[in-house]
Amino acid sequence: MHELDLIIIGAGPAGMTAAATAAKHGARVLLLDEQRRSGGQIYRDVGETDSARPYLGKDYAAGRALVAALNAPGIDIEVDATVWRVDAGPRVIWSRGGKSHVTRARHVLLASGAQERPTPFPGWTLPGVMPAGAAQILMKTSGLLPRDAVLAGSGPLIYLIAAQMIDAGARPRALVETQSPRMLLRAARHLPRALLATPTLLKGLGLIAKIRAAGITRHIGATGFSAEKTENGDILFSFTAKGHRHQIATPLLLTHQGVVPSTHISRAAGVAHEWNEAQQAFQAKTDPWGRTDVHGIHVAGDGAGIGGADAAKAAGRLAALDILHRLGRLTEDARNQTAAADRAAHRRAMAIRPFLDAAYAPLPEILAPEGDTIVCRCEEITAADIHASLKEGAKGPRQVKTATRAGMGPCQGRMCDLTVRGILANCGATPATPRARSPIKPVKLGELAALTSHKETSP
Amino acid sequence: MKIASRFLTPPEPAATIQLTLDGEPVTARAGDTVAAALLAHSGDASRLTARGAPRTAFCMMGVCFDCLVEVDGRPNCQGCMVQVRDGMVLRRQRGPRKLMGGAQDA
Repeated sequence: MHELDLIIIGAGPAGMTAAATAAKHGARVLLLDEQRRSGGQIYRDVGETDSARPYLGKDYAAGRALVAALNAPGIDIEVDATVWRVDAGPRVIWSRGGKSHVTRARHVLLASGAQERPTPFPGWTLPGVMPAGAAQILMKTSGLLPRDAVLAGSGPLIYLIAAQMIDAGARPRALVETQSPRMLLRAARHLPRALLATPTLLKGLGLIAKIRAAGITRHIGATGFSAEKTENGDILFSFTAKGHRHQIATPLLLTHQGVVPSTHISRAAGVAHEWNEAQQAFQAKTDPWGRTDVHGIHVAGDGAGIGGADAAKAAGRLAALDILHRLGRLTEDARNQTAAADRAAHRRAMAIRPFLDAAYAPLPEILAPEGDTIVCRCEEITAADIHASLKEGAKGPRQVKTATRAGMGPCQGRMCDLTVRGILANCGATPATPRARSPIKPVKLGELAALTSHKETSP
Repeated sequence: MKIASRFLTPPEPAATIQLTLDGEPVTARAGDTVAAALLAHSGDASRLTARGAPRTAFCMMGVCFDCLVEVDGRPNCQGCMVQVRDGMVLRRQRGPRKLMGGAQDA
């Protein structure tokens, strides 16, 4: 039995390029992903859908090559594999079909990617309100198309999804955009740097042109979102734009305020994190190679700060090259020489971020909601509940959690950590990074018990 | 009153299978997740919370746990992470997550 060189967690752009790079240089790699197929959220099921859904576009189809490259000697892939613990050492514990496995390797690369930022406002828990990216996942995995939907929020993904819906013959009813002309103006100072990523800028302008040409109604600078249920089950969506209150009834309200790093796994592994003010999110702290402060654990891709797929591909390769160097498979010079192109690609991909982060920043009222708006969906804890705990003396995320139960449900804070942080910051606190603990996904007690007698494997 | 699906059924041909939701027959497309099948079936809630509030699948990527559903007698399954199977028996969960059959929330 050979020793495993590298376990990669997450088969998205970063994880896939890292696996291919490491295997090309002779490393033995195990790639774990929680979904049924490799691709990550951006390329969900890309290996399956072939040409049946051309409306998903060229950038999506480009993921097919990354998935195909995994079919290489040295790469083992385990899908449907839910990692629930990562330890220094490093050691990974993952579960499938109610059975847990312990696997050791010389290195671990966390490539857990991103999730959509939770967008709390009154009514956001109603059936019929959904993250826009979730609807896009349904388009990719099931071919389901949003019916007469309203897209509300901001960010490049909104335009992409709107364009895909138009091409699929499922025109959105309207776009209700939260960015204001003032935000765009403020973001304009980042444009010179963003010119390094001109193709991406042009793509974005192309999407907006398509939405204009399709004659879709657009509201700009919208605030004050609220959703109610109508008698026939539709969503009555209210918002304020240009000083007027508007209402639109729609079967499906798709919201979006950007994506944020998925950090439960890196936080539970003890990796140091930092607050990214421009992106309003916590991210794993890494050096330019993706190294963390925990020996043997690298982080690559959106988990270390949102950069998108192209940045993640470059970061995945950079991390793999550094790990290969540490495994003794690449000299320092070879690592640095091979990395030059990836370093440049990463710089190009990241050049547009300061502009996007400023132009499509989430609304303050979404970051720190008030009143009866539910913050913790699992335990049904409202913003008012959080405020009350602060009044009673809670000082940080742990005390808020203990006092209110926010973050104690099965999602373990994935849907409320950032909102609790936003409310704390709004109330003058300087919030610490919230803790994440293993098991980072619910595991049955029987499965935990069975593990104590389990022999560790390195396949 | 049944609420119509909030999604358009794809024109692509697909094999279908039969399952039940609270005893009611549901036709689903083979290969779909339970959450996708339920969203394609109706726009109604797939779960009621501890306080009786309606919820349905939300994030579609295993993060939010709003799609929890009982699958073939096993409670608290993430509908977006489980594939449909012919003859599958689904039940909507109502109220607090229950600890059944040795199963327990972590």
